[in-house]
Amino acid sequence: MPAADTMGGGPVSAPHAAPPAIELSGISKSFGPVQANKDIDLTVAKGSIHGIIGENGAGKSTLMSILYGFYKPDRGEIRVNGRAIQITDSMTAIRAGIGMVFQHFKLVRNFTVLENIILGAEDGPMLRPSLARARTRLRELAEEYELQVDPDEVIEELSVGHQQRVEILKALYRQADILILDEPTGVLTPAEADHLFRILRGLRDEGKTIILITHKLREIMEITDTVSVMRRGEMVASVTTAETSPEELAELMVGRKVLMEVDKQPAAPGETVLSVRDLRLVDDEGVERIRGISFDIREGEIVGIAGVSGNGQTQLLELLGGFPEKGATVGGEVVMNGHSLDLTGTKSDAATRRARGIGHVPEDRQDEGLIMDFAAWENVAFGYHHAPEYGRGVFMDRAAIRRDAEAKIERFDVRPPNPDLAARNFSGGNQQKIVVAREVERNPDLLLIGQPTRGVDIGAIEFIHKRIVELRDAGKAVLLVSVELDEIMSLSDRILVMFDGLIMGERQAATTTPGELGLLMAGVTDTENARDEDGIPPEHSHPVDRPDEATPRPEGGH
Amino acid sequence: MDINTIIQILDSAVRLMTPLLLACLAGLYSERSGVFDIGLEGKMLMAAFSAAAVAALTGSVWLGLLAGIAGSLMLSLVHGLASITFRGNQLISGVAINFLASGLTVLLGQKIFALGGRTPSLTGGGRFGAIRLPFAETLEPVPVIGPIYADLISGHSILVYVAFLCVPLTWWLLFRTRFGLRLRAVGENPASVDTAGVSVTRLRYVAIGICGVLCGLAGAYLATGLGAGFVKEMTAGRGFIALAALIFAKWRPWGALFATFLFGLLEAIAGRFPSIDLGIITVPSMFMNALPYILTVIILAGFVGRAIPPRAGGEPYVKER
Amino acid sequence: MDKMPKWADVILTPLISLVLAFAISALVILAIGESPWEALKTMVTGALGSSYGWGFTLYYTTNFIFTGLAVAVAYHASLFNIGGEGQAGLGGLGVAIMCLFIPWTHWSLALIAASLGAAAFGAAWAFIPAVLQAKRGSHIVITTIMFNFIAAALLNWALVNWLRPVGSMDPASANFPEATHLPKITDMFAALGIEWGTHTPVNVTFFVALLACVAVWALIWRSKLGYEIRALGRSETAARYAGISPVRVTVIAMLISGGLAGMMATNNVMGEAERLVLNNVEGAGFIGIAVALMGRNHPVGVLLAALLFGFLYQGGGELALWTSIPRELIIVIQALVILFTGALDNMVRAPLEAFFVARRKRGDA
Repeated sequence: MPAADTMGGGPVSAPHAAPPAIELSGISKSFGPVQANKDIDLTVAKGSIHGIIGENGAGKSTLMSILYGFYKPDRGEIRVNGRAIQITDSMTAIRAGIGMVFQHFKLVRNFTVLENIILGAEDGPMLRPSLARARTRLRELAEEYELQVDPDEVIEELSVGHQQRVEILKALYRQADILILDEPTGVLTPAEADHLFRILRGLRDEGKTIILITHKLREIMEITDTVSVMRRGEMVASVTTAETSPEELAELMVGRKVLMEVDKQPAAPGETVLSVRDLRLVDDEGVERIRGISFDIREGEIVGIAGVSGNGQTQLLELLGGFPEKGATVGGEVVMNGHSLDLTGTKSDAATRRARGIGHVPEDRQDEGLIMDFAAWENVAFGYHHAPEYGRGVFMDRAAIRRDAEAKIERFDVRPPNPDLAARNFSGGNQQKIVVAREVERNPDLLLIGQPTRGVDIGAIEFIHKRIVELRDAGKAVLLVSVELDEIMSLSDRILVMFDGLIMGERQAATTTPGELGLLMAGVTDTENARDEDGIPPEHSHPVDRPDEATPRPEGGH
Repeated sequence: MDINTIIQILDSAVRLMTPLLLACLAGLYSERSGVFDIGLEGKMLMAAFSAAAVAALTGSVWLGLLAGIAGSLMLSLVHGLASITFRGNQLISGVAINFLASGLTVLLGQKIFALGGRTPSLTGGGRFGAIRLPFAETLEPVPVIGPIYADLISGHSILVYVAFLCVPLTWWLLFRTRFGLRLRAVGENPASVDTAGVSVTRLRYVAIGICGVLCGLAGAYLATGLGAGFVKEMTAGRGFIALAALIFAKWRPWGALFATFLFGLLEAIAGRFPSIDLGIITVPSMFMNALPYILTVIILAGFVGRAIPPRAGGEPYVKER
Repeated sequence: MDKMPKWADVILTPLISLVLAFAISALVILAIGESPWEALKTMVTGALGSSYGWGFTLYYTTNFIFTGLAVAVAYHASLFNIGGEGQAGLGGLGVAIMCLFIPWTHWSLALIAASLGAAAFGAAWAFIPAVLQAKRGSHIVITTIMFNFIAAALLNWALVNWLRPVGSMDPASANFPEATHLPKITDMFAALGIEWGTHTPVNVTFFVALLACVAVWALIWRSKLGYEIRALGRSETAARYAGISPVRVTVIAMLISGGLAGMMATNNVMGEAERLVLNNVEGAGFIGIAVALMGRNHPVGVLLAALLFGFLYQGGGELALWTSIPRELIIVIQALVILFTGALDNMVRAPLEAFFVARRKRGDA
């Protein structure tokens, strides 16, 4: 019973007194040829916080969506509180007391909080009484669980953290006893995440059961009572959190010992390549995304930008890459190799930036870096299709592009080595290799690279990291953006931390600590006397602790 | 221009706007639920034909009305099948429906009546007659108010009053009831409705069903109220004007009333004055006819009050993988 | 892996859709008390049974190639141009101006000028919707519908108030001068001493249409512009990442699309009517939608689909002549083809995909 002592509540203290809240046996689900869940068994005790951890595409979200009636399993049995039930749709799940907070929020963004809360759970055909009751109930819930939110505010006016509260309130309003949260902290600052965890503990102490899907070992260790590990659609282990270690979990997740130190020499920076002064960006909704930032990048160094996602890093990369969000207003100065870059007008586009020697591996390879329906060889020319070696005049030299594509596929070990295969038919790692090959082999003076290893398997991560370091060693400048602190720390020479559109501080990778960076990421600038524990505990820097899926941008917000 | 001319023009504007208003509200339900509908024209045409055909065969305009609704609903079902069940392209489905109606009405009309696609002229019980509101005759001699009440407000067919009643009804349904809340939600973010345990498919089918009924009323009014029988292609682009009015109205019921009145008025003026002499230039009637379309393009361009359609409009709902 | 082999995607799916569309059309014919078999025979004999029939079939095919290519080019940029009707109508105005106001000495010069005029007017009519879509996000489907109606009003005005010869009551332009009359294919055969398709309207623009197919193929699959059009059509963000200007490419794609639709007028206005009349397009702009959908937006597919619709059009006319089936039957068939190949695509595709996936699974096991 070690978990009970440390977690301060009795979840596992009486496991046999009541039937488990959730019991899954033999759940299988395929999507066409892909088997997402294979014969899954899972037991979650009542009144506990249970974590489910696993790599990208391990099948965690699918499994929980099955439990919530969003997908139908091909086979298997579900028991809730000891009773076998068929969860055919979300309504059945809701009636069985199951609530779910999706990674992408399911809110109507031009509705008020109250309207979102009652949607689907109205008391009768008229709205007025439902709204009145929800208002009262919401006040009670807010006081009970620290879930304050203005019931009359429109969703799109709320911060991401508040939108998540609305999702939790929605579930509680439907009297959920079992709450599933899918990657809830991806969009939160450390402080917001701590608040969420306080809420979750409060809920558990009230006797509710919580299932937390995450890929972050820190969260598992910090908050769960028990944890299950998934790998490639299978459940590989279920253990008591207090009896395991992050190392053991990491190994279970990836199926082999994780060894991922980036092998690099200290940087030898040269001349300044890129110089950014007082850069500003206001998006088309009038939100200041970048609020006057200045920095330099020199030859032969990797500058990492750390920060919780949604603090302006995406906008910075897109702006430097030449495709800021439509309708954005841009100000400031960017100088590249001594030439001032146009920030507005026809010469501010991505083609001009490439001509100036800026390569770009974008954050979202599926919607930016590649055309998923194009064959691999066609994607090799993407962005460089006007390059003379790919054909002069109005036509493309298909033979030349193919030759180049075949060579790149060979050098980057893209599998399967078939240039005619459409990009969507490659795995995430191989897709990323195609993008990296295209951008790195152009030998750009400056490489912009965002979330280089998101959704990429371990083998490919090492390969991609090596290529980035090689580029640096060849005297090129690299600007790395990643929400994964460990990646930033192991790859960068210098680290800038972004928070709310500002650069909160600059640190040397060799001398800083995760705790110090964590405080900067939360917007605290005075980190001189900070202890590690105040920020992010060291566990966070574990190598496999990295995001799982595409940017966790809430659907309701923007 | 004297008061009587003005009343006459307004009176004909009311008649002309009625099918537009019904079709516009029809489109409102469909598009608010996230299903784009450029097949309003076809559904109205089908309804006009079935209403006129059944009214001609049975002599009962009420049976005709039912048939009109049924004809329109049938095409709604096709649209639902294509755009909801099979997640096809809603615009393409709408285009197909317009052609289907345009072809089928003539084919069936020729088969049944052999009049080259027309139905026989409707008389008596085969048409919706004018309803004299109480006191119309008493009030008639009173200056200004008399003619307005007797000629403008009174003396229309029942469907005109139904159309006008549909406006507050739609508003109430949309913003005061559970159904309305869900309908608006499914057009903005269907996933929110789905995860709340409410069927997106059912909601959308209900919405396009209402759309079918309203288009049915619009078509039936064209053939049995405004006109006296069906003529080939008799909708003459009214479904598209209704669509334009819907954009003009920014998908709101009261806006629909205003927009369709404006477009009805333009048609009434163009009908009464083939060309308008403004002293310096003469405005040709073609310009008046094209004005609703031109105005809609200007509205769409966003120079005067931007029209933002329901966010999930046009997208079939697919659960994310 | 792709769910289906390429041949199933490109050939089998449209074929099944087509069979379904025709099966339902047959039911419609049965429902109006006629024999589908007789109808088909009449259509085949009338449209393909003689060089006379072929002459008309190919004339209609020419129209549909232009409008089908117009829809296809826009579709590659993910733009649904249903303004072909208006663009083709305006193209007619371009042709009329070129033919009526410039004294030509030879038809070939007149054809070049008229093609340019037609393309320019058609493109101009697509320009405003294109710019509104690219810059203001106004939905191009709605704007092109509106522009169809505005085009009809404009043409009506131009014919009544401007191009109508003095004293004529007919809203039509004067006849084009002799020098602008295009050689009919029947004349070309006659020059070789062969009698083919006497009194049929198919003319030299048929070859222009075939050239347009080749040009569109080269544009979409071989040129850099085509690459940009296809990239933009798949993902606008990705296009912007690659330095492709969405505004520029949207506008160019629509100009090409409108130009192709406009060029149809060289066939029907210049090659056949030899004057501009009201409503000269007669729905060919809309048929372009069916043609492009059926032809999977590929020039070869468009050519084949245009031929099919040319056959239907001519055959439908014959039906009306020899049976009591009205020619509106072809509108029903057209609607069903659009419905099945366009909107109900998934209905046909899903079971096929399931079949191929199941077969592969069996193969793997």
